[in-house]
Amino acid sequence: MNAIDTRQDLAIAMRGVTKIFGEDAPGALALLQSGKSKADVQAETNHVVGLDNVSLDIAKGQIFVVMGLSGSGKSTLIRHVNRLIEPTAGEIVVNGTDVLKMSLDELRTYRRTQIAMVFQKFGLLPHRSVIDNVAYGLEVRGVGKDERLKEAAKWIEIVGLSGYEQSQPRQLSGGQQQRVGLARALAMDTDIILMDEAFSALDPLIRSGMQDQLIDLQKSLGKTILFITHDFDEALKIGDRIAVLKDGAVQQEGKPEDIVLRPATPHIEEFVRDVNKARAIHVRSIMERGEHEICAQAVSKDARCEDVLPLFAENQWVGVVDEAGQQIGRVTAKQVIRALARYTPS
Amino acid sequence: MFPELIDTRPLRRAVDDGLNWVVRNWGGEFEAAAYPLLMLLKAIEDLLIATPWWLIMAVLVTIAWLATRSWKLPVIVLASLLFLGVMDLWEDAMTTMALMIAATLTAIILAIPVGVWMSRSLNVRKAITPLLDLMQTLPSFVYLIPTVMIFGPGKIPALIATIVYASPPLVRLTDLGLRSVDPAVMEASRAFGTNPHQRLLGVQIPLALPTILAGVNQTTMMALSMVVIASMIGAGGLGYQVLQGIGRLEVSRGLFAGLGIVALAIIFDRVTQSFGKQLQGRIGLAEAR
Repeated sequence: MNAIDTRQDLAIAMRGVTKIFGEDAPGALALLQSGKSKADVQAETNHVVGLDNVSLDIAKGQIFVVMGLSGSGKSTLIRHVNRLIEPTAGEIVVNGTDVLKMSLDELRTYRRTQIAMVFQKFGLLPHRSVIDNVAYGLEVRGVGKDERLKEAAKWIEIVGLSGYEQSQPRQLSGGQQQRVGLARALAMDTDIILMDEAFSALDPLIRSGMQDQLIDLQKSLGKTILFITHDFDEALKIGDRIAVLKDGAVQQEGKPEDIVLRPATPHIEEFVRDVNKARAIHVRSIMERGEHEICAQAVSKDARCEDVLPLFAENQWVGVVDEAGQQIGRVTAKQVIRALARYTPS
Repeated sequence: MFPELIDTRPLRRAVDDGLNWVVRNWGGEFEAAAYPLLMLLKAIEDLLIATPWWLIMAVLVTIAWLATRSWKLPVIVLASLLFLGVMDLWEDAMTTMALMIAATLTAIILAIPVGVWMSRSLNVRKAITPLLDLMQTLPSFVYLIPTVMIFGPGKIPALIATIVYASPPLVRLTDLGLRSVDPAVMEASRAFGTNPHQRLLGVQIPLALPTILAGVNQTTMMALSMVVIASMIGAGGLGYQVLQGIGRLEVSRGLFAGLGIVALAIIFDRVTQSFGKQLQGRIGLAEAR
């Protein structure tokens, strides 16, 4: 096990985190570490392996997505970050502090001040109004009534629920309830937000709107967001980096296009097959870099393949420019098609 | 015949002598300990009897209206109270009501903390559940006699017997209500850094309140069902009228006093139930069922 480096740009670092559910977890852990598979351990000891030696580095200010099917351990993983679940082995360092060494009191302070969470089933308090729900985290932290209600009202407006302050959660639709959940987490003004399948219970259109809103909020607030999903398209859309989890182990971790262009395992390949690659792949990752003559039309370096496709109707080459408008490379239709079709010259 | 394996007579004698010893040496202390209970009962009874009948009617009808916001329940409550007044049962009804209210209040003070304790620990639940079964099934005379021996006949043993019989449902329903709070809500609360105290008062009890109120309802009903037995050891009230009716073979006296108990039961049952429903609606649990 590597010692955790205290790199300043890391928000969350996990090293060798393993979780085994059951009464004799250490015994089952020894079996797992001796090289037995998750299925073998379960058959022999009747203990379920939730996480198997997970190591992740999550840099500050990015949306990090953990993707996996149900039962892959992704919800277990996210609950380790704020220690709603205790690991059987491993290290978890958040903002430079070892979460596992905290006393109960320190842990509560940590949850009150450094980390907020959004839940799949919303987890709103049904007996409180929307504004009191949004102010809940601040109330627990001990913020005075006037101040916390003012703060809550601000975030209710940002997530687009103005006018619903005094409503009860049950009077809202699912999408609106999750906006309350999001506002409650944002009102905490923590650097890190954990989102556990936050949008999975919502209708596709509402989900897409919430994803756009989350991306915008992240850009303007610069928070670190650890996002859990079972939806690969969602992961590609919002993730700066993606880790794919299967049977409690990380199968691949990287930028969205790394995973789409170079899936590490057959399991990930299966996901990639059904995915809209034109949306997943950024043009900058397939362009020809360097000095070229200036093209007639250009796209930003954040553009995806689907954005450049229409331009090829008129142009042979399309330029790629950086924030300053400087051309940093160019692509042809052929290169795009090659990336989308995953053509490899033999 | 089952063979006599051991001689049980020494055991029986030990129990009897033990009780006698307690009565002789600790009777005074026990009575002193139960004195606040007696004061509570006396205060409630004096207040109910001193209050003019029309004021009590007005208060109960208003409570019924607040619980339902419709005219139906207030009319039922008014009719039940008029029946008690017309049948010359008013004062007995007030005595019975005082016993019931005192028993219910004491049961709430004792049972809710026990329910909270049970909901937090499996071992405590395992230990207390058989005790509650015992309290509910043991014939009340079995513990009435020792209490009468210790406290002497009167209102205290009647009150204690009523509390013993009426508390278990409240303990059980408090435990159940606290444990069946949506785990997703509890987890969210934990994730925001609440301590167990904040979770209990801010999340669990508010969300379990409809269930706890159902327990209070059960407790009032069971307290009322004890009034005849309680009157045998000096509680007075409607139960005493029933008892006299039986003793003198005056069917009418027994019948009307019995119906008076039913009238009280209807009032308290409907009112507490309506409050429970109102509460459920307010926290949005009604639709989920």
